[in-house]
Amino acid sequence: MTSTVQTPDVSSEDKGNTYGLGWVIYTWKFIRRWPVIPGAILGLFLFLAVFAPLVATHDPNEQSLRRNLVRPFWYNEYYETDPIGQRQETRMIFGADKFGRDVFSRVVYGTRVSLSVAMVAMISGTILGAWAGITTGFYGGLFDELMTRFVDVWNALPFLLVALVVSITVGQGIIVMMVLLIMLTWVGLVRNVRAEVLSLKTRDYIMASRVAGASDIRIMYKHILPGVMNLLMVLGSLRVGGLILTEASLSFLGIGIPSRVPSWGAMISDGRDTLDEAWWISFFPGLGICLTVMSMNFIGDWIRDRTDPRLRQLRD
Amino acid sequence: MRNFLARRLLFAFISLVVASMAVFGLAHAKEDPINLFIQPGYFVSPETLEALKAKWGLDKPLVTQYLTWLGNMLRGDLGDSVQQQRPVTTIVFEKWGATAQLALVAWAFGTFTGIPLGIVSALRRGSAVDYLARAIALLGQSLPAFWVGLVGIWVFAVYLGWLPVFGRGAGEPFFDQVKHFVLPTLVLGWGPMAGYLRITRSAMLEVLDSEYIKLARAKGVSNTMVVWKHALRNALIQPLTVATLLLAGFMDGAVLVEVIFAWPGVGRIAVEAVNQNDFMLITGTVFIFTFLYLFMSLVADLLYTIVDPRIRYS
Repeated sequence: MTSTVQTPDVSSEDKGNTYGLGWVIYTWKFIRRWPVIPGAILGLFLFLAVFAPLVATHDPNEQSLRRNLVRPFWYNEYYETDPIGQRQETRMIFGADKFGRDVFSRVVYGTRVSLSVAMVAMISGTILGAWAGITTGFYGGLFDELMTRFVDVWNALPFLLVALVVSITVGQGIIVMMVLLIMLTWVGLVRNVRAEVLSLKTRDYIMASRVAGASDIRIMYKHILPGVMNLLMVLGSLRVGGLILTEASLSFLGIGIPSRVPSWGAMISDGRDTLDEAWWISFFPGLGICLTVMSMNFIGDWIRDRTDPRLRQLRD
Repeated sequence: MRNFLARRLLFAFISLVVASMAVFGLAHAKEDPINLFIQPGYFVSPETLEALKAKWGLDKPLVTQYLTWLGNMLRGDLGDSVQQQRPVTTIVFEKWGATAQLALVAWAFGTFTGIPLGIVSALRRGSAVDYLARAIALLGQSLPAFWVGLVGIWVFAVYLGWLPVFGRGAGEPFFDQVKHFVLPTLVLGWGPMAGYLRITRSAMLEVLDSEYIKLARAKGVSNTMVVWKHALRNALIQPLTVATLLLAGFMDGAVLVEVIFAWPGVGRIAVEAVNQNDFMLITGTVFIFTFLYLFMSLVADLLYTIVDPRIRYS
């Protein structure tokens, strides 16, 4: 009996005297090696987005003047010194805004908007960017020249101001904003993809498949696309965070998501007028943005370092 | 060099023309552009509408309209603001100083904290300073500027009462004016600072790992000389090349920061113009911003050739 107790003691001392804290070090190393925390945060937000109606405690758009600027749940004194006797029944997790809408439920529903807009813009933007980068790099010529010029001009325009002009002339709405975000994504990709394609297309295996009689489409799809896939994944994942920030900025300025849909950017803007008495209206949606964007950036960096350390200069 | 300059200027000019065509096209994209010139909510009789169209030349063919509009632009006439009934150029010039001041101070803050921090964090890689610097950079690239601004206002202005809530404090004593600059500068400068920090750090690490640094060390050059003369000079090229990229983010940031802090600048005008449907004012401000941006990226490209003689444009 005693020997079975002693054996683990000896082995743990052999491992460099961890005083039985080996599992702590192991966990720490695991956390440093894999993006556990950012992954968990993103998973949580994804869960909130999908199951928003189940998680939310109130209807996010339900207004009530009785709940005007109700404080978050931990303000015990506020809830207990209750002149009319209404507050006990309406303890709200993150409080309420000036229309009495529940901030927690709005933050939960806002997750849907932020994540879905960023994801759709990222995926369609990456596909468009891959298409444009591969065709321009592969064919060259006038199309390539025009596209490169267009990319240069687009990059020369301050995005937010372009968005302001578009919102005043074309109108505001979710579709306009999606188009703007997709433009922002794909134009940013073209140059990097094109450069990669230019170097890929002189490789021997491309020549070989051409000799074997493969069509242009087949070469681009079967031989060049897999070659730039890595780059696309890295660039795409690095850009999601920026897209979420841009969407929030546009909604904050009132030119993004229409105001009846709860979105984080618009909520921050809602809380501005009452900042001195109700900080929670702006604070929690902003915290949501921070956590999502930071996790996205972490995971993007991680994917980049794991797949191809050569791509480091893409954002560092 | 002259060739390069000519090409670069031509490109800047083309960009401006394309931008103007885009704005002009957008104005005609959705509906009758006359709607952009009359205030919403007012009833305008058909006769007046025709008269207004004739006044602004909207009854002529599209190409004529565009050329007239462009000609006016080139002569410095950006049209009148519909809301304020004053020339756009006058309005912009009134507000220009505030934006320029804030941008310069924030740029200086970003550059002169970001680059040194990047150098230190590369030299002391893996130390506490390095981790701190990288955390600052990560936060700067992940936090939404408008939210940081609001939280800053709440903590330092509302809760602690150390700093003023908004505005520029024009006409107040010097020290009070400085206080007005603190929060907007930090919020606007944080993003560029994070960018500079990351770029300087990775460039410095790359240079320190190169063969010629090893050679310099092997032949007995002192550490100070290696760092300051051999490494730093080469590492500083990288941050310069992305100066234009950071600039774009800077302009977007200026709009947001001016809105949050009610800073009386051009960016705030642009947003107000959108809320008031003031078409002429918004196109005017966007043009001036685009022009400035193109001009500054031209300057950055020229600086780049001066700093790095290895680059030759032909």
